[in-house]
Amino acid sequence: MNDLAPETSELLPHYAELWRIRWFESHVQRLAARGEIAGFPHLSTGQEAVAVGVCAQLQQSDTVYTSHRGHGHVLAKGADLEATFAEILGKQSGLCQGRGGSMHLVDAEQGVLGATGVVGGNLPLAAGSAWAAQALGRDDISVVFFGDGATGAGVFHETLNLAALWSLPVLFVCENNGVAEFTSREEHSNVNFVSAFAEPYAIANQTIDGNFLPTVLAGARAAVAEVRGGNGPYLLECMTYRLAGHYVGDSQQYRSKEALAEMREKCPIERLGRHLVEQGVQQQRLDRLRDEQQSAVEAAVERARKAAPTDPASVMDYVYRSPDFYAIEG
Amino acid sequence: MAKLPYVAAIDAGIHQEMQRDESVLYFGQNMATTENHDFLSKYGADRVRVTPISETAEIGMAIGAAMAGMRPVVELYLSEFMLVAMDQVINEAPRFRYMSGGQVKVPLVLRAGYGFACGWAGQHTGSLTSLYMGVPGLKVVAPTTPADAKGLMASAIRDDNPVVYMLHYHLLLEEGEVPDGEYLVPFGEAAIRREGSDVTIVATGWMVNKALNAAATLAEQGISAEVIDPRTVAPLDLDTILASVAKTGRMVVVDQAPRHQTVGGLIAADVVEHGFESLRKPILQVNARDTTVPYSEPLETWVIPDEQRIIDAVRKVTG
Repeated sequence: MNDLAPETSELLPHYAELWRIRWFESHVQRLAARGEIAGFPHLSTGQEAVAVGVCAQLQQSDTVYTSHRGHGHVLAKGADLEATFAEILGKQSGLCQGRGGSMHLVDAEQGVLGATGVVGGNLPLAAGSAWAAQALGRDDISVVFFGDGATGAGVFHETLNLAALWSLPVLFVCENNGVAEFTSREEHSNVNFVSAFAEPYAIANQTIDGNFLPTVLAGARAAVAEVRGGNGPYLLECMTYRLAGHYVGDSQQYRSKEALAEMREKCPIERLGRHLVEQGVQQQRLDRLRDEQQSAVEAAVERARKAAPTDPASVMDYVYRSPDFYAIEG
Repeated sequence: MAKLPYVAAIDAGIHQEMQRDESVLYFGQNMATTENHDFLSKYGADRVRVTPISETAEIGMAIGAAMAGMRPVVELYLSEFMLVAMDQVINEAPRFRYMSGGQVKVPLVLRAGYGFACGWAGQHTGSLTSLYMGVPGLKVVAPTTPADAKGLMASAIRDDNPVVYMLHYHLLLEEGEVPDGEYLVPFGEAAIRREGSDVTIVATGWMVNKALNAAATLAEQGISAEVIDPRTVAPLDLDTILASVAKTGRMVVVDQAPRHQTVGGLIAADVVEHGFESLRKPILQVNARDTTVPYSEPLETWVIPDEQRIIDAVRKVTG
């Protein structure tokens, strides 16, 4: 394998990382279907290249905000497999000690400060963290992942305006998968590309193929360099496809079989695999990377499943209380 | 001690904290105007900023800045303006510390005026304090004196939780003694504004003044009313209220909000649950009438509680 070009070799760990997220979410889907996971987890299957490509360009102290569809972003930013899965299972050993779950994954040590289940609610938070970095003179940037659906919220436009006005070091990463919840983008807006919204605010922007990892890596590298270089905010629109439904259990009747088949052709893992083979990587090597991730994820999931449940006695931890008031209860 | 109007005392509290802690930010609409010039010139544009009319982004940015280590204070002018940003106020700010299992904290202050009943009509006169009181993770303070205005603001800024700081517009120019130098008023400690033995009146904001006026009139009639100002409604100092009711056996709650949106009603429920044996008469509530606050003065006066209605309620429970 020594004859691989450096840019090809560099892609191999990322290929493994795509599988890591894909396997992780396959277990989320499996256990949600069996009733082991509460609520309705939202999968990012098919969108993994955006998470991996963008987070590859970040430093640990950069802050990341994600959404209800955030498993991939959190893992790509460095969160531990077992602790992340344990959180989704509602275990004490979870990232958030079972208080957040699939939609509210936080790993402060890795810079993942917040995941909100309200579409668009995370955008101003990222701008606020960017202001903090600016005011403190740090070179950290703030990144927020959101879907095209969030652009229907007023706060998207409020935040773009303020980020541009104050030249904040914030990178807006839109995963434009063409569908907001259960409705296609055409039914939501006459504006086809989210990057167009950046124009009137004079925010640097680019629309890229979000399903081809080398393209995402290059786009994110350029965007991060701009933002970290003090040139203000940047909007990176990554065109992608949500292979899964809105949440586990969504029957996706709003999509035709043909459309789904077409999307599967564009799967970022398969596309990167084909590219790597074209660049001289042996298929066996790719299969081995895939299988290693499968085993690692499976082992982490099993450990998380065996972890201790939460203790109701701890339920008031992390919310303030007035001792006098509660002492009276009971 | 210096005599200061309530509004200057609030600013004194913010200055006190901005001087001692560089992580305190202050921003909002109109921050570049002369009334706030002092802040901008003293602390600079990194920490003091004017925003467009974008409440959702303003409060959201405060949350993000807080999670990244700052202590922002947002000037919102009217608490009604927070209504356009309710996702941020209720569903983002107070949730993250808990949802993250304590990994992040959200120390911020939302400075908002309320209750401006003097011809401001339907959308600028509300008393929405109780709206925030029931949200776990949010603290809610409602200062009524200049000293408390300073001390509660300073404590709010130092608190690691989001705090809704409800300042009452009718109190802005009221003067009072304010301690010089570093001054903090702890949360969860009610103030007994007037001692009495026949009835406990619990009131918040501007209604504390009305209750004190009513108590003075009642004293002339031989009725001794104790007036309690909770100062912070979340956390609530229920012990002081229960001790008072144990002494008087009667309670009247006074609130500027309409009946089912009051702080007083929630306090009454707690007193019924924990102090029922002390009560010799039913608790009476004096509230705004159940309507949008009207513009016309005779109508507005009829809607907002006044001294006479408090006196009538007290006479009823003591009669």
